[in-house]
Amino acid sequence: MANLKTTGKKSKAQSMGMHTEVLTGRTQQKFFNPDEAENFYYFGTHDVDFNKRTELDVKDMDAPDANKKIDSLMSEGYGTIVIKNPQGKHSLGVGILNKLNLIFEGSLGYFGVGSCDGPNVRINGRVGWSCAQNLMAGKVVIEKNAGSSFGAAIRGGDLICKGSVGARTGIDMKGGTIIVGGDAGAFTGFMMQRGRIIVLGNVGINLGDSMYDGTIFIGGKIGSFGSDAVTSDLTSSDKDWLKRKLKVAEIGENFDVSKMTKIVAGKKLWNYDNLEPTEKKGAI
Amino acid sequence: MCGIAGLIHKDKSVNIGSELQLMLQALKHRGPDSTGYALYGDTDGQNFIMRFKVGENVGEGSNAVNEETSVYDKRKKIVDKNLSDLGATIVKEERLTPYSFRYEIKYDKDLMEFSKKIESAEMTEILSIGKSLELIKDIGDAKEVCDRYNLDKITGTHAIGHARMATESGVDIKSAHPFWGYPFSDVSVVHNGQLTNYWNNRRALENKGMRFMSECDSELIAVYLAEKMRNGATLEEGMKDSLKGLDGVFTYFVATKDSLGMAKDTMAAKPLVLYESDNLVAMGSEEIAIRSILPQEIDTYDPFDGEVKVWQI
Repeated sequence: MANLKTTGKKSKAQSMGMHTEVLTGRTQQKFFNPDEAENFYYFGTHDVDFNKRTELDVKDMDAPDANKKIDSLMSEGYGTIVIKNPQGKHSLGVGILNKLNLIFEGSLGYFGVGSCDGPNVRINGRVGWSCAQNLMAGKVVIEKNAGSSFGAAIRGGDLICKGSVGARTGIDMKGGTIIVGGDAGAFTGFMMQRGRIIVLGNVGINLGDSMYDGTIFIGGKIGSFGSDAVTSDLTSSDKDWLKRKLKVAEIGENFDVSKMTKIVAGKKLWNYDNLEPTEKKGAI
Repeated sequence: MCGIAGLIHKDKSVNIGSELQLMLQALKHRGPDSTGYALYGDTDGQNFIMRFKVGENVGEGSNAVNEETSVYDKRKKIVDKNLSDLGATIVKEERLTPYSFRYEIKYDKDLMEFSKKIESAEMTEILSIGKSLELIKDIGDAKEVCDRYNLDKITGTHAIGHARMATESGVDIKSAHPFWGYPFSDVSVVHNGQLTNYWNNRRALENKGMRFMSECDSELIAVYLAEKMRNGATLEEGMKDSLKGLDGVFTYFVATKDSLGMAKDTMAAKPLVLYESDNLVAMGSEEIAIRSILPQEIDTYDPFDGEVKVWQI
């Protein structure tokens, strides 16, 4: 806890009454050390057994109750949970921070499986807007279509939609891979910063608009390019990676990846350098 | 944020009021201020159905002025006299609330002149005129409005509806959706979004003789499409043109006597989920609206940016 101290010397803001104390003490920021990984405790996680399987019918539950029940089942060690009758409800399966096989027998509404870190999710239906937003790790497979803002701000993991997706797929994504078997709407990869997007079908207008970094691969037609999105040569390592990824994703295994278009950031809009964020402090 | 819903049965007539009520009630969290229905009911097609109001609901959340029932009575008498002056014959009349009425009338002349005459009475607004369209809107959620107007008894083929969260205009009936596509009979519109060139378009359309009853930006869509159709465009052509002429973010539905259409802006910034089969199309701002009438597992999708679709009965 930081110490709150009052000081005699007042800044202009303080003299205006805007604040009267300064924060001192140790930083609250914690850094992950791989050497201490075994001692790392992730609050709200459970050790589960994938062979321990159960079903949960959420037909008459609202989202908070359904999510609490999923958490309760994980605390009992269930590692494979089948959700029956999701019926388009919003915010189901969110905030799961441990390994888990989670299967939805139906469709989800908005914000499905958001803010997850680790689960293996299969949705035998469709998902609404902002599916798997902020995904850190794990794999999410959607058997049918997805709405807009698919995979918004994901940091890692694989997000796969076998059907088509709406607009702004991968908006603000900072890592991970998004794979779309069908078409994608406008503003795909809007403001993406890292990671990869693969679309086997067509994409709408303003592809990769204002993207900072990352890579987009398109198999079909492109409506138009957004600001600062440019094509790049498809390398042999790109092709190998695409083939491997599509095979693992159980989607488009026989797709001719050599005909895909590769899009990257032109890096003309912003002040870019080649330094990692951690290297910038030393440079300054 | 508002919620919109629509459905069309291509080959049969069903209890359309009840189905739309379920869809709109599922979207109540998107818009609790008022609810509107545009139901295309089964009629013999002989007479015009005119839904109109002579005052406002002063219920919870409303900013309308409370008026005595006797004031409404006086306005109704003026409407009756104006109908007589126009040569229209009232076949049947119903008073649904102290301030709203449903008339069946015989009339075969110009609807623009008709509307101007009827609406010349203070606070009087025609909610809809059509040989099939029944447009009902009021303060309250879908269930409350449905019960107030006995909408669950109306059968028909298609309908659109709206659950409104008032943002840029007041909580009152005149700002609620759907909007009638004046001066065309049987045309109605619901909208979710914001139009940013409302005043520019409104001034231009008013100069062409079109009429606005509210300051709600959504009304512009109905008037915009009506003006295009007045100049010979088909419904679908007018809708495609609106993607260029209307600026902002929007998803809207429009319905006519025998068709239902949807349009989505070029940024796809407003949600829409669509289910389509050989004999039924159901769509709404969220999938739960569709699930309220189709609980079984179905395939749905999001229409893309700039997409326009029209279905016929």
